[in-house]
Amino acid sequence: MVQLTLPKNSRMTAGKSWPRPQGANRLKKFQIYRYDPDTGDNPRVDTYWVDLDTCGPMVLDALIKIKNEIDPTLTFRRSCREGICGSCAMNIDGANTLACIKGMDEIKGDVKIYPLPHMPVIKDLIPDLTHFYAQHASIMPWLETKTNRPQKEWRQSIEDRKKLDGLYECVMCASCSTSCPSYWWNGDRYLGPAALLHAYRWIIDSRDEATGERLDALEDPFKLYRCHTIMNCAKTCPKGLNPAKAIAEIKKMMVERVV
Amino acid sequence: MAFLTDRKRAQGLGSAKEGTHHFWSMTVSSIALAILIPVFVFTIGPMIGQPHADVVAYLSRPFPAIVAGLTIVVGMLHFKNGATVMIEDYSRDLTRKVLIVGVTLLSYAVAATGLFALARLAL
Repeated sequence: MVQLTLPKNSRMTAGKSWPRPQGANRLKKFQIYRYDPDTGDNPRVDTYWVDLDTCGPMVLDALIKIKNEIDPTLTFRRSCREGICGSCAMNIDGANTLACIKGMDEIKGDVKIYPLPHMPVIKDLIPDLTHFYAQHASIMPWLETKTNRPQKEWRQSIEDRKKLDGLYECVMCASCSTSCPSYWWNGDRYLGPAALLHAYRWIIDSRDEATGERLDALEDPFKLYRCHTIMNCAKTCPKGLNPAKAIAEIKKMMVERVV
Repeated sequence: MAFLTDRKRAQGLGSAKEGTHHFWSMTVSSIALAILIPVFVFTIGPMIGQPHADVVAYLSRPFPAIVAGLTIVVGMLHFKNGATVMIEDYSRDLTRKVLIVGVTLLSYAVAATGLFALARLAL
């Protein structure tokens, strides 16, 4: 349900300001959300200064530098550092993206970093994505077939394979779902852009034989029809995908079934 | 706290197997209103500020009366469906149900009142 104010235990408090490094010529100021469940304190925003001359170009480079050289308690997820694993999704400069492919030169002024919006925070920049992953699992993200398995492989034409472009590239970083107001207000029931993009990827797979069952499972005022084409998902997707278009295609297929 | 698995929590009560009718109905009423509203404005608009007798005579003609009637009915139907979506977005549980009942009754009441007023003027 819509909430216009933060709960008491989520309200921000003044954070710690770490000292500027000595002798640095190009300093960048970072304001980073901090929350430690073990202390019981409210979240705060800490300020760090990073010397850009001794740091890589991406926001993730700066976060790693801060963790290694300034504050080892700063907690965040990261793995591939090249936009493939989706681990380092966070809200940077007001938009959800992957820290590893967000260049610091793209950000004017201070770099403000928060965890993905409207998700429970485990610690610092780490959101709890349990429900998000469970929703993904609920759309059966695998090939469903009823015909006996062929001797070699399930064949697919080049044209049909092309239909999966723009869909299969999703890395499940959750940037889109956590940027969607409908997902903020009704994330418990609305599947969200990421899960629906994956659902469409399997619905239009020419080899899949569960198209009807997949559409049946999605036909619901909340699971699918909470999408109001706000388009935040397409705007924020760090991989340049368009979940809103995939959702619109699912709605078109739903209409095809009844009209 | 209930010991539900993540998957059970995500699946909830399953699919309601509806929603497409509502979506299609709103699409159709949107198209209808995109045509009806300009026609309504250009048909009824010139009568604003005219003497009562002229307005009554004008609305007694079939075309303006049908346009006005259709705009009231389709407009209220679209309002009901749109407001329902908005209520579903922003409220929960009993509040949601009460608001949906309220907005449905309001829409039908406004449509009925409009049609009654139109009938009295036109007939």
